[in-house]
Amino acid sequence: MADPMKIRAQLKGDVAEIRVLMGHAMETGQRKDAAGKTIPPHFIQSLTVEVGGKKVVEGQVGTSVSRNPVFGFKVKGAKAGDKVVVSWVDNKGDKRTDEAAVA
Amino acid sequence: MKYRIAVVATLAVAGTGSVLAQAKDPTIAGIEKYREMLGDDNPAELYEARGEILWKMKAGPKNASLEKCDLGLGPGVVKGAYVQTPRYFADAGRVMDIETRINWCRTSLQGFSEADVRKRPFGSADKPSEIEDLVTYVVTASKGMKVNVPTSHPKEVEAYELGEAMFHFRAGPYDFSCASCHGESGKRIRLQDLPNLTTTADARRAYIGWPAYRVSTSRVHTMQWRINDCFRQQRFPEPKYMSEAVDALITYMAQTANGAEYKGPALKR
Repeated sequence: MADPMKIRAQLKGDVAEIRVLMGHAMETGQRKDAAGKTIPPHFIQSLTVEVGGKKVVEGQVGTSVSRNPVFGFKVKGAKAGDKVVVSWVDNKGDKRTDEAAVA
Repeated sequence: MKYRIAVVATLAVAGTGSVLAQAKDPTIAGIEKYREMLGDDNPAELYEARGEILWKMKAGPKNASLEKCDLGLGPGVVKGAYVQTPRYFADAGRVMDIETRINWCRTSLQGFSEADVRKRPFGSADKPSEIEDLVTYVVTASKGMKVNVPTSHPKEVEAYELGEAMFHFRAGPYDFSCASCHGESGKRIRLQDLPNLTTTADARRAYIGWPAYRVSTSRVHTMQWRINDCFRQQRFPEPKYMSEAVDALITYMAQTANGAEYKGPALKR
């Protein structure tokens, strides 16, 4: 099971600033280990963000993204207390979903 | 425009700074901006979360958690403990830094052997070591607090003096000492500024940023690791993990940095 995400969602005016920190290896499949064997790719492939029950981001993520990545979004029209739900799925089928409330 | 005036004013105050120091100022401003942008989202938080679980989880031959661990402020007190270490611990009879102390609790409370805790102190990006998680959890609890390392016990004085002596001791194939890189102001290696750890200002600036998550290695490095790596860079024999020598060097630095506000695990290149 992957590490839980850290989600921050802060309201500034009517714009919610959402920042998500994910714990993931994000292996590209291009690196080799000490024995010279290729390390198999393992990376987050898709990402969705819902705010207040409405899907606001549906993204594809690739191998150019770093290990333990941070994503930031600005969402207009969010209200304090709105539920933010972030989920990802990686190329091995692992998933993770975490929630936070807009503050 | 205001920003520019501020920069000029800073340079004027610096005054004695060399021409070189002024020339690289935009770069430093750029690096500082980069750090500020990333400051809130440090992957060290992932270590902290794991460390908190490990702290409260029953483990080891005695099946105990670390919640009764005395980090210097009484059993179980985590908040503020980091900024008051290294210190003398009467039950152990020596000065210990935070990492040494947590490992001491793992042996005395949880029943791990000395060999167990020494087996893998420094992890990798794929497999962080448990002590790195635990240290990150404990130090983060002191975020925003003043570094206030005790300096009065004779053993603490002794550790400081030993640390200071080692800091200036030249040896090894390069005839190096810690002071070769960290004993003069205004030095750098490529674009890395080298703090002059004999001065309070630089020691504070350096001390408040450790432990740190390094983007280039994708993992958290502890102060024990940092000292170990300084030894490697000087081509010294590898120092023993948690030894009095390493803890003395940390004591020297921490006591010099006294009064600084601890910023929590930093994010570094």
